[in-house]
Amino acid sequence: MSTTATLLRAAEDNDHQALTGSLFILVVLITVAITFWASRNTKTAADYYAGGRSFSGAQNGFAVAGDYMSAASFLGISGAIALAGYDGFLYSIGFLVAWLVALLLVAELLRNSGRFTMADQLAFRMRQRPVRTAAATSTVVVSIFYLLAQMVGAGALVALLLGVENEGLTKNLTIVGVGALMIFYVTVGGMKGTTWVQIVKAVLLMAGTILITVLVLAKFDFNISDMLGTAAENSGKGSAFLEPGLKYGVTTTSKIDFISLGLALVLGTAGLPHILIRFYTVPTARQARKSVLWAIGLIGSFYLMTLVLGFGAAALVKGDEKEQIAASGGNLASPLLAEAVGGGSGSTGGAVLLAIISAVAFATILAVVAGLTLTSASSVAHDLYAQVWKRGEVTEKQEVATAKIAAFVIGGIAILLAIPAQKLNIAFLVALAFAVAASANLPALLYNLFWKRFNTSGAVWSIYGGLISSVGLVIFSPVVSGKGEDPTGKNLSLLPTSIDISWFPLENPGIVSIPIGFLCGFIGTMLAKDRDAEEHYTELDVRAMTGAGAIQ
Amino acid sequence: MAERIPPEAHAAYQRIHATDEFAELKRSYLRFVVPLTVAFMTWYLLYVLMSNYAGDFMAHKVAGNINVALIFGLLQFVSTFAIAIWYARFAARRMDPIADRLRAEYDEEIKR
Repeated sequence: MSTTATLLRAAEDNDHQALTGSLFILVVLITVAITFWASRNTKTAADYYAGGRSFSGAQNGFAVAGDYMSAASFLGISGAIALAGYDGFLYSIGFLVAWLVALLLVAELLRNSGRFTMADQLAFRMRQRPVRTAAATSTVVVSIFYLLAQMVGAGALVALLLGVENEGLTKNLTIVGVGALMIFYVTVGGMKGTTWVQIVKAVLLMAGTILITVLVLAKFDFNISDMLGTAAENSGKGSAFLEPGLKYGVTTTSKIDFISLGLALVLGTAGLPHILIRFYTVPTARQARKSVLWAIGLIGSFYLMTLVLGFGAAALVKGDEKEQIAASGGNLASPLLAEAVGGGSGSTGGAVLLAIISAVAFATILAVVAGLTLTSASSVAHDLYAQVWKRGEVTEKQEVATAKIAAFVIGGIAILLAIPAQKLNIAFLVALAFAVAASANLPALLYNLFWKRFNTSGAVWSIYGGLISSVGLVIFSPVVSGKGEDPTGKNLSLLPTSIDISWFPLENPGIVSIPIGFLCGFIGTMLAKDRDAEEHYTELDVRAMTGAGAIQ
Repeated sequence: MAERIPPEAHAAYQRIHATDEFAELKRSYLRFVVPLTVAFMTWYLLYVLMSNYAGDFMAHKVAGNINVALIFGLLQFVSTFAIAIWYARFAARRMDPIADRLRAEYDEEIKR
């Protein structure tokens, strides 16, 4: 195989860029092959939207983990620990604890009472059109926010990891390439293809992380206290590096901001549409439970290893490379740590490990963007086109064809938005996606499952109320305007520094918008009387709790 | 209109909802998950608040360079894993048998 030959040659030359490039191509080839293979068995709507509901709990657990652990987790959290020490670890914990909400309150009941999309679960006992319109709007908004952040990140990362000269062009080409790939996975492979891409990615990510973790710990004879001590010493911040406060504890506002972020993370995960629809890919509620258990095990051990990667990078990466980590905002911490434990810059081991970790990061990006595109395309086709517009008078074939067109359009829009967005500071978009999910989606889902009196009006109120309050507060927050420039002249907000419309002091709206979402759901419910919704609660309740009559 | 359900399914759902078994299933589920959800949310918020406002306590070194903050953070992992396993065992022992019986009854009724 010519790829293997190129790889060997590149490894001998210690040419990590050629090696990294070849591994990227290998990742693309593997995922494209998987997608073609999966497309042979994708015929019905249930195949396309839910992978035929044929995945086992363990398989889906890997896919959930692959869907959830983005490049922001892999590179971002280890980078945050490498730069800010303990506060990076503090940040990661919300992402894990959140899974208990999904396990205890959402996954199984949703599998029993839904079909393909988040809206299906709500529409079970509500008036179809208003509820589906609201749920699809929030699904697309959350997914596009998340998608934009991933794609802009992909452009920057690939340019960084390949170390190319002409950065602007490479970034644009990467965004177009990643966009084209995700459209391909989703249109050709549907949920089956996307799921297998996510499973492969999760395996690669875990294997790569375990490898680096063991190598780092071996450097300290598996003495964690030693590693922490060296990290604190080399960080130049002493023992403060191992204590909370360097990043989130600076001012009263930043402390409250972190509480707000923590709430959005813990409550948002179980309301992320691309996570919710994964529970439809298994045959029973019991397999959905098993999926979450696997996901918790994988995600938990991953974040534990991130702790070693982050502090390991602070302890072991020195000199020029250390400055590169700071310049990349932390994103290069894991790749450069891999290089350092492999023997350092210029060594064969270093070049190989750096290339492997870069390829893992690339696979991570591909799997996450594919999941997001599929989620929004499904909601547009199944909720907006088939139910709202055609009032259910469509064939499965028409619906799946529409989903594929929707994937093209959404992917195209994401590419067109991501290219200009590179120049803007959009790091807040992932946190905002969690805040919208926690403020708009979770209240509607929980009320629908546990409150008989809940009705169409309440669902519509809670979704729009949570959506508008979270996005609205962010528009008037420092992330959009008024933060000024950092010492290097980089704009810290989204809008040009000449514009300042900020009055809301927090960067994370959750602490205000989550209560608003729940309150709106309550008020909206009380304003309307809906006998139909109340009567159908009996059916929803039995179906959710026992799986009787659940879609197979 | 909500989703249309055939009349025999409607009747089966109504009947099952009124049984003592279903009430028992729902009660044992809520009695388990509600207090536990409140507990782990409080436990997590306590951790976040302590990290924000109890710096001296969190900075206290326990062994070598391992301080209270690190142990507190690792305990969040332990509690998350433990609650997940505890719930799975509870659900398999107390909920699944009832759910299976009721689902079988439903399937039986619908076939007729």
